[in-house]
Amino acid sequence: MAHGTGTSRRTLLLVFAALLLLTVVTVLVSYVDLGLGNVAVALLIASVKASLVALFFMHLKGESRLVWGFALVPIVFLALILFGTLVDTMLR
Amino acid sequence: MATGPRRRETAMSVPATEHHDPAVAFESAKLGVWTFLATEVLLFGALFTAYTVFRMKYPEMFRVEHAKLDRVLGAVNTVVLITSSLMVVLGVDAIKRGKARLLEAYFGATILLAAVFLFVKYTEYAAKFHHGLYPRTNLFFSLYFMMTGLHGIHVLIGMGLLSYVIVLSRRGRLSASYSTPAEMSGLYWHFVDLVWIYLFPLLYLIG
Repeated sequence: MAHGTGTSRRTLLLVFAALLLLTVVTVLVSYVDLGLGNVAVALLIASVKASLVALFFMHLKGESRLVWGFALVPIVFLALILFGTLVDTMLR
Repeated sequence: MATGPRRRETAMSVPATEHHDPAVAFESAKLGVWTFLATEVLLFGALFTAYTVFRMKYPEMFRVEHAKLDRVLGAVNTVVLITSSLMVVLGVDAIKRGKARLLEAYFGATILLAAVFLFVKYTEYAAKFHHGLYPRTNLFFSLYFMMTGLHGIHVLIGMGLLSYVIVLSRRGRLSASYSTPAEMSGLYWHFVDLVWIYLFPLLYLIG
């Protein structure tokens, strides 16, 4: 179809395998004390997983710019809310 | 005589919605769902913001309290949700090839996995209550119950949506050329998976 959901089942299974692998990695890393490094690694892995889900399962890969805009704008707003709130609470 | 066949033809070219062009109808539905998901990002976003603020304010309390969660059960539930997402995407792929029975099987598997997820969540909640850990116990557990509870409600709603798609499919309403309800509820389900992908590490792994 025209909306570019031509992701093959092979690709979907590979993405699934990657998601499982990343879950195992993030759990294993959590048993090692890296201080703030644990937070960075956990958030990085979560974001890679989230991107895989959005790109392949939600078919964002191959979507129009319009849909990309709809998907990214709320994330910009969330970043603004986080930033604004943290500036307020940390500098109070 | 002349109006009969013409009216019929018009009625058949309108595919269950008021949009006359199925491609336009599909794009509109998709943008509608993504808009809804934008509001969902901000709904959960408020809670993620509260989590960040309090975690920075009370790092020691979060570190001690998060260790009381069972990260193995959390990991199991992560695998359950990721697998359920795969089932949904395979179900959508099936109906796009016109295989309605296969779609029903995959979506049925998703609903089953969702039930497993909620059952695991129930045993976790029960264990926490048993140990005297309630939403009012401290800020960490307030956030834990609020965030996982709101997520759990989303899982329940998702189960309802997917069941509805199965009903539509059994009635022969879905096909390779019209799979919009399956795809839209699929988007919602992947979003529910996506939220858990962040909840799991934030609550269970790094507190």
